[in-house]
Amino acid sequence: MLKILKYSFYDLMRSRWNYVYFLFYLALGFVLLFLNNDLSKAVITLMNVIIVLVPLISTIFGVMYFYNSKEFTELLLAQPLKRSSIFLGQYLGVAGSLTMSLVLGLGIPFILYGLFRSDTIWNFSLLLITGAFLTLIFTALAFNISLSNENKIKGFGYAVLLWLFLAVIYDGLFLLSLIIFEEYPLDSFSLAATMFNPIDLSRTLILLKLDISALLGYTGAIFRQFFGTDKGLIVSILMLILWTVLPIGRLTYKAKRKDF
Amino acid sequence: MRYGAFLFFLFSIFSGFAQVPKTIEICPSCKIKTIKDGISNASEFDTLLIKKGIYNEFNILVDKPLTLKGENFPVIDGEERGEILRIVSDNVTIDGLYIINVGTSYTTDYAAIRVVKSENFLIQNVVLERLFFGIYLEKSNNGKVYHNKIIGDAVDEYNSGNGIQLWYSHNVQVDRNIVQGVRDGIYLEFSDNVTINNNVSANNLRYGLHFMFSNDDVYTNNTFENNGAGVAVMFSKRIKMVDNIFRKNWGTAAFGMLLKEINDAEIVGNTFQENTVGISIEGSNRIEYNNNNFISNGWAVKVLGACYANSFVNNNFLYNSFDISYNSKLNDNVFERNYWSDYTGYDLDKDGIGDVPYRPVKLFSYVVNRTPETIVLLRSMFMDIIDFSEKVSPVFTPDNLLDAMPLMKKSE
Amino acid sequence: MIQIENLHKKFGRNQVLFNLDLDIPGGGIFAVLGPNGSGKTTLIKCILGMVIPSSGEIEVKDNTIKNNWKYRQDINYLPQIANFPGNLKVKELIRMIKDLRQKESNEEELVKLFGLEPFLDKKLGTLSGGTKQKVNIVLTFMFDSPLIILDEPTTGLDPASLIKLKELILQEKNKGKTILITTHIMQFVEEMADEIVYLLEGNIFFKGSVEQLMTKTKQTDFEHAIAAISIQTADA
Repeated sequence: MLKILKYSFYDLMRSRWNYVYFLFYLALGFVLLFLNNDLSKAVITLMNVIIVLVPLISTIFGVMYFYNSKEFTELLLAQPLKRSSIFLGQYLGVAGSLTMSLVLGLGIPFILYGLFRSDTIWNFSLLLITGAFLTLIFTALAFNISLSNENKIKGFGYAVLLWLFLAVIYDGLFLLSLIIFEEYPLDSFSLAATMFNPIDLSRTLILLKLDISALLGYTGAIFRQFFGTDKGLIVSILMLILWTVLPIGRLTYKAKRKDF
Repeated sequence: MRYGAFLFFLFSIFSGFAQVPKTIEICPSCKIKTIKDGISNASEFDTLLIKKGIYNEFNILVDKPLTLKGENFPVIDGEERGEILRIVSDNVTIDGLYIINVGTSYTTDYAAIRVVKSENFLIQNVVLERLFFGIYLEKSNNGKVYHNKIIGDAVDEYNSGNGIQLWYSHNVQVDRNIVQGVRDGIYLEFSDNVTINNNVSANNLRYGLHFMFSNDDVYTNNTFENNGAGVAVMFSKRIKMVDNIFRKNWGTAAFGMLLKEINDAEIVGNTFQENTVGISIEGSNRIEYNNNNFISNGWAVKVLGACYANSFVNNNFLYNSFDISYNSKLNDNVFERNYWSDYTGYDLDKDGIGDVPYRPVKLFSYVVNRTPETIVLLRSMFMDIIDFSEKVSPVFTPDNLLDAMPLMKKSE
Repeated sequence: MIQIENLHKKFGRNQVLFNLDLDIPGGGIFAVLGPNGSGKTTLIKCILGMVIPSSGEIEVKDNTIKNNWKYRQDINYLPQIANFPGNLKVKELIRMIKDLRQKESNEEELVKLFGLEPFLDKKLGTLSGGTKQKVNIVLTFMFDSPLIILDEPTTGLDPASLIKLKELILQEKNKGKTILITTHIMQFVEEMADEIVYLLEGNIFFKGSVEQLMTKTKQTDFEHAIAAISIQTADA
C-alpha cells in the first residue's frame, strides 16, 4: 500500500491541479493577512472558505483523479498487489497531497506573518485539522461515488450534487424543520442533525472555538452540556473520525467486489 | 449636612485639644484581650492597635469615633453567630483586619462590617472571608471603601449576600477593592454621586455590579469578569461608565452589561469581550456609546423594547457572532463611524470611510430570536446566502438601521 | 496450470460466462478464440482476479485465486488496450512496475529489441498507439513468470515488431511456459497455437488442436474452419 501511496502521491505532485490548489491557498493566505493586517479576522474568513471550498475541491479532485487514473488502476490490478491496498494507496495519495497543499498553502503565509507569536494559533490549528478531516472525508466520498459509477459525467454530477446538498441544501432543510417544529424541544434533534453532515460537524467544531459566547446563550440543558464542556469537542472529533472511517470502509468493501 | 459635618470637625479639634488621642494595644496576652473591651476603654479619637491573633467576637459596636487598626492581619472570627462590626459613629476608620465567619440568616442581613447612619468613615485593607454580607453601608454618606479584599464562597443566591452594599448612601468612594464569590459584587440602591473606580469584581453568583434607583454615579477602570449575569444598571439616571472591562460573562441570561430603564448615560471606552451578550438594552434612552470595544461576543449589542435617541459612534465591533440584534422593525438610534470587522465594503476615495453602508443586523439574528436552536446553523453557507439577500433588500430588519460611514480601520 | 470449474459470471442481467469448465495443463500456447462478446476478455480477467466470478472455482498452480493476490506474481499480463498514466515517462513506468513486483527483469534487452531507447524519456501520453503497445510488451515479457496472458498482443504493431513478438513468444514457450493468447488474427493463431479454446455464448464450444478443429469442421483452411464453427452454431 505504501508503494501505491508513494506513486500516487508522486504522480499528483507533478499534476498541475495540485499546484493550482496549493497556490490558491497560498494566495488566499497572503491576501487575507496582508490586506487586513488582522490575524483573527483572517482566521474567521478562512473558516468560511474552508468549510465550503475544501469539500468542493476534494470532491471534484477525488472524482477527477479516480476517473483519470483508471488506466493506472487497471495496470496495478494485474500486478501481484492486494486490491484494498491499491485503492487505499490511491485514496491516501490524493487526500494526502490535498491536505499537504492546504496545510502548506495556508501555513506558510500565517507563519511568515507571525502565527507562533499569536494566541490565534489554536484557532488556526483547529482550522487546519478540520480542513484535513474534510479533505479525508470528501475524497473518500468522491472515491465511493466514482467507484459506483462507470459513467464519468454521471459521477461528476453526483459528486457536485453531494457537495451542494451537504453544503447548502441540508442546512436549508435543517432550518426549515427547526422552524416548523419550534414548539417542540429541539436541542437533541439539532445536535443529531449536525452529526449527520460532516460540513455541519466541522462548522460546529469551529463554532466551539469562535462563537462559544453565542452558543452558551441558549437555554437547553443538552446544548449546555454539549457546548459548555469538552464533550462537544470530543463528540465532534469522534464523529468526524467515524465519517472518515465509514466511507473508507465502504470503499475497500466495494473495491474488493468490483469488476474491471 | 455638610455644614453639620464641618461643625463636628471643629468640635473634634477642640475636644482633641482637651484630650490627647492615645493608642490602646489589644492582643491575646495584653491587658486588654478583646476588641469589645478595647472600645469600652477607649476615648473618642483613640486608636485601637489590634495585634496578630484570633479574636472570637461578634456584635462589636463601634459607637465613638475610633481607629481600629490591625497589625499583621489579626483574625476576628465571628463563629457564624451574627454580625461582626457595627459602626454607628462618624469618623471611624477600620484598617487591616481579617474578618471571617459571618453568621448567615434568612431574616437578618448580617454583615462583616456595617456602617449605620454615619459619616466620614474609612474602611481599608480589610480581608473578608466566609461571609454573608461584606461591607454594608446604610444611610451613610461621605465615606471611602478602599483596597479591601472580599472572598466569598457563595453557592446559592437565596442564602448569600452582597460584597459591598450601599443603601441610601451618597458621596461614597469605592476604590481598588477585589470582590469575588458573593451574590452581587457591588450593589447600589438609592445611592447617588458614588464613585466606583479600579475594582475587580469576578466570579460572583449574580451581578458584578448592580445599580438600582441610583443617579449621577460614575464607575471607571473596573474589571467585571465571569459573573453569573454581568453588570446590571437599572432604573437610574446620568450614570457614567468609562474604561471598564466586561469579560467572559457566559450563560443563558448573561451579559456584559444590562441597561434597563436607564436615561442620559455615557458609556465610553469600555471593553466588552467574550460575553454571551455584550450590552443588553431595554427601555433606555439618550445614551451615548463612544469608543467602546466589542470583541468576540455572541451578541455585541442586543436591543430589546423601546430604546430611543441612543448613539453609537466610534466603537469597534470585532469578531462578534452577531453585531447588533433588534426585536422590532423600528429604529431611532444612530450608528456612525464605527469599525465593523464583518464589513466587506471598499473605500475608493481613500478617506478612511467605507463607500457602502454597513448593515449590522443580520436576518439570522431574527431567526435565532424566534427559534433559539437554530444557533447551531451559525456561519452556515445557507445562512450566509439568506443574510446576503436580506442585506440587498431588507424585509425583516429595520430599513434605516445602518452605519452609513463605517470606518475602514479600527478606531483607536 | 489453470483449472476452472463451473465458472459463472453475470454483469447485471447479462450472463457472460455460463458453467464454464476449462483445464489448461502446463506448457504450450493456448489461443482463446470466439466471436465478439463471447466472454474471452472476461475469462482472462477472471483468471487475473480483475473480474470477480459470480460462482465457480478457479485455481492457478493448484491455489484458489479467491481472496488471493500473491498468485499474480506468477503471471505476466498484456492488457488489450495499452492505457498508461499519461504523465509518467516510459523509464519511470518500467522502474515503477519493477519496484512493485520486486522480481528479476531483463527490460534492457527488450527495449533494445523493440528499439525503444529514444522513447525512454518521453511521457507515455505523447506516444503513438504502436509504441505504447511495444512498451506494453516490454512490461509483460521483462519478468520471468510461468504463466503469460496476452490479450490481443498484435494490436497496432508493425510487421517487423510482429515478427519479433512471435519470436519472443516461441522463446518463452520453449522455456516450458504456459501462454494464453486471445486474438482476432487467425493467421497468428494457426502459426503459433498448440491448442485452441473456442468460446461461444459464455461456454467452451471447442477445445483441441488446429488439426482437430479442421477435422471436425471438414475444412482444409483454418480461417474457414473457424468461420464454419460460427455458421454451425448460427444454424443450430
